[in-house]
Amino acid sequence: MDHLDVLESRTIYILREAFNKIDKLAMLWSIGKDSNVMLWCARKAFFGHVPFPLLNIDTEKKFPEVYEFRDRYIKEWNLECIRGFCPPVEQMDPSLPPAARSAARKTAGLKEMLAKHQFSGLIAGIRRDEEGTRAKERVFSPRGEGNTWNFRDQPPEFWDQFNTDFAPGTHIRIHPLLHWTELDIWYYTKRENIPLINLYFAKNGKRYRSLGDKDITFPIDSDADTIDKIIDELRHTKVAERAGRAMDHEAEDSFERLRAEGYM
Amino acid sequence: MDTGISKVAEPAIQTTLPLKIVIVGHVDHGKSTLVGRLFHDTGSLPEGKVEAVRAMSEKRGMPFEWAFLLDALQAERDQGITIDISQIFFRTEVRNYVLIDAPGHREFVKNMVTGAAQADAAVLVVDGRDGMQEQTRRHAYLLHLLGIHQIVVAINKMDLVNYSETRFQEVGTEVRAYLADLGIDLQHTIMIPVVARDGDNIVARSAHLPWYDGPTLAGALDELQPPVTSLELPLRMPVQDVYKFDDRRIVAGRIESGHLQKGDTILFSPSNKRARVASIESWGVRTPVMATRAGQSVGFTLDEQIFVERGEIASLESNPPMLSNVFRGRIFWLGREPLVAGARLKMKLCTGEYQVEVEKIERVIDTQDLGSNEQAYVERNAIAEVVMRSRRTIALDPFDHNQFTGRFVLVENYDIVGGGLINMDGYADQRQTNRIKSTNIFKVEHRVPIEERWKVNGHKGGILWMTGLSGAGKSTLAFSLEQHLFRKGYLVYVLDGDNVRHGLCSDLGFSPQDRVENIRRVGHAAGLFARAGFLVLTAFISPYRADRDRVRAMGPDIFHEIHIDADLRTCETRDPKGLYKKARKGEIHEFTGVSAPYEPPTRPEMRVDTAVHSIEECLAQLDEYVSSNFALVSR
Repeated sequence: MDHLDVLESRTIYILREAFNKIDKLAMLWSIGKDSNVMLWCARKAFFGHVPFPLLNIDTEKKFPEVYEFRDRYIKEWNLECIRGFCPPVEQMDPSLPPAARSAARKTAGLKEMLAKHQFSGLIAGIRRDEEGTRAKERVFSPRGEGNTWNFRDQPPEFWDQFNTDFAPGTHIRIHPLLHWTELDIWYYTKRENIPLINLYFAKNGKRYRSLGDKDITFPIDSDADTIDKIIDELRHTKVAERAGRAMDHEAEDSFERLRAEGYM
Repeated sequence: MDTGISKVAEPAIQTTLPLKIVIVGHVDHGKSTLVGRLFHDTGSLPEGKVEAVRAMSEKRGMPFEWAFLLDALQAERDQGITIDISQIFFRTEVRNYVLIDAPGHREFVKNMVTGAAQADAAVLVVDGRDGMQEQTRRHAYLLHLLGIHQIVVAINKMDLVNYSETRFQEVGTEVRAYLADLGIDLQHTIMIPVVARDGDNIVARSAHLPWYDGPTLAGALDELQPPVTSLELPLRMPVQDVYKFDDRRIVAGRIESGHLQKGDTILFSPSNKRARVASIESWGVRTPVMATRAGQSVGFTLDEQIFVERGEIASLESNPPMLSNVFRGRIFWLGREPLVAGARLKMKLCTGEYQVEVEKIERVIDTQDLGSNEQAYVERNAIAEVVMRSRRTIALDPFDHNQFTGRFVLVENYDIVGGGLINMDGYADQRQTNRIKSTNIFKVEHRVPIEERWKVNGHKGGILWMTGLSGAGKSTLAFSLEQHLFRKGYLVYVLDGDNVRHGLCSDLGFSPQDRVENIRRVGHAAGLFARAGFLVLTAFISPYRADRDRVRAMGPDIFHEIHIDADLRTCETRDPKGLYKKARKGEIHEFTGVSAPYEPPTRPEMRVDTAVHSIEECLAQLDEYVSSNFALVSR
């Protein structure tokens, strides 16, 4: 087994635990590189099937390539995909900085979908190396009523024994990619030949390293137009993956605030 | 690529998993400084970081400290390296590392366990002036408990002890002695004198410590072994789920140890069902998979449609896990309320879940001197040895045999409240005994009905099963009662432990397995006597509840469990055969109450307290019991 086999095996184990232990389960599918790897691992875990619905929280501000990709693979891979829409930005907490306020729409849309479908577990493709508060996450992370995350007092989690019991009115976030790094995602995408939105590849000296809403996501300077070049670029960069995501940088605690309130 | 979608070809992948290191040690011994310096000296920090922190320190009028770097990294949200205190990536020329810093505040053990359980190795930081302190010992103990064998000991602040080799040796000897007492193989333990603040022996060799010729800290880390998968151990695959998405019925799970191949006959425990692996299933691979190995998440179909469910452990027939409904656990307790005997908890062992009861708290371990206290409760963050019992049979291994199937977590309400390692010393593998079918001895019809026999005898037949510690008075009471009842006209006979061991059970010793078989035979013999109309008195320690329950199951109506009760101290004082003395000297192994467990009855028909009452009083109680339960005519 090589490095990627080890990562994949653990992800499959986590997905199977979630499917066995959680009644009403859904997988968040943002159509980005991470959630595509996660979906791929689910198909491996369940031998070609995806035994829970995908949940696509649509801000209606994504790049057209994202919608194109989504619609194509729903058909091609025979996926059950629930679309959730987000309330207008005017309804969001006005004390948040503008980009974070815009991103908060996604949390609101998610909460609506959770309430509507009564999901008790949500699978999300976040990684520890992405961002500080995500690094503190558990694989099975309980959310209080109102989706809140108490990151200061999290339950212990060890020996791959996860917190699968939770009080009524709360739900669990499951993070099967928590132990992967950005580079791992690219190596694995390459090995498995997983389809990918072409916005990740450089065009005219620019590429997207991370995909969010088009008005609050900015491309980076890059000539990496193949996966090999992207891998090479990432091996040498000292710039963070989410540097192009405006919401992370407006205030020191804006992302933490978003996440404590239920953002992915 | 006009569809907005890109596909790429696949060449080889060259990358290795980072080694995971946890940094532990007593507060103020220099953990954060060591981490800051290690990052700096290995070139893992973003450019300008140190200068920025220096400037900030100056602005605040504080002397610069390397430990500030960690805080700064934590606060940073947008640097090219990862920044949470819990997991920080860095690299040497040799390989990548993930550094897990387990902060030691209020929630210390909970976080320490969560962090350290993921680590491949540990750096234990010890202040050269203070030597080992409270947290140094507790951390070391927990590392051992979590199965982390590779420990690098950094003896820090050597500048404050004048770079003294003598002092280094003193502290080193102290640390080694403690680790050796824990049972850690010191071959894997490296001691390094360092001055973390100045970078002495972190990456560069120290000019101040010329007498030291071992590796630097970075050098020692680079020599650590990556985690080994348990390929050489017997196959264990806990069943995670059984899928039927299409016409295949796939048993899914992760192989924790050993190998599994197409065609293997698999034994599932505890159900003891067997079937052959018909196919190994997969998705997204081009060639059919024939063999799988430890570490892989797999799925397979079976040649027979046997009912298998989550929680069972798949093994080969030749080397299955043990079966038991009772075991001893060395646990760390994280619950808010103290753990007490009688507590009922959910236990998770691999994918299995069991309701368990804490039968006994044997000892609470003092991590400071490794002594133990007899204490009725286990406080939060303490370590203890407890006996746990489950209604259902559990498939398990002693931790020493297989770490994956030899450890468990405890769940109360919605949270994990503890973890532990299994030790089966003194407990029998019930796989053997479970093969013995309990049969109802009244099944075969005699031409003489049992009631006729009773009528002629003037009393009912039955078994008075006396159980208790050696020296509690079982034999004394049994033989006195026999004499007394015989004189009153009873058909009565004593089966005594020492006597049957000369004949019926002369081939058996005192191992857990042999004790089980001993009681099985005696139980059958007693049943035959009782069926013949006799009142049978037995005098066996019969320490295991499961064995007594098995005898009871043969004839629930005629089995009377009498607990001949006296506390261990009383029995030991009496010591009629001098056995306790020998056991204490280690001349007798597996002696009940000393080196083997005694499981007292939970609901005996009668309890006779020989520590409080005289023999005559006890005898009168027993006589009264016999009269009211067995006599058909008054005598």
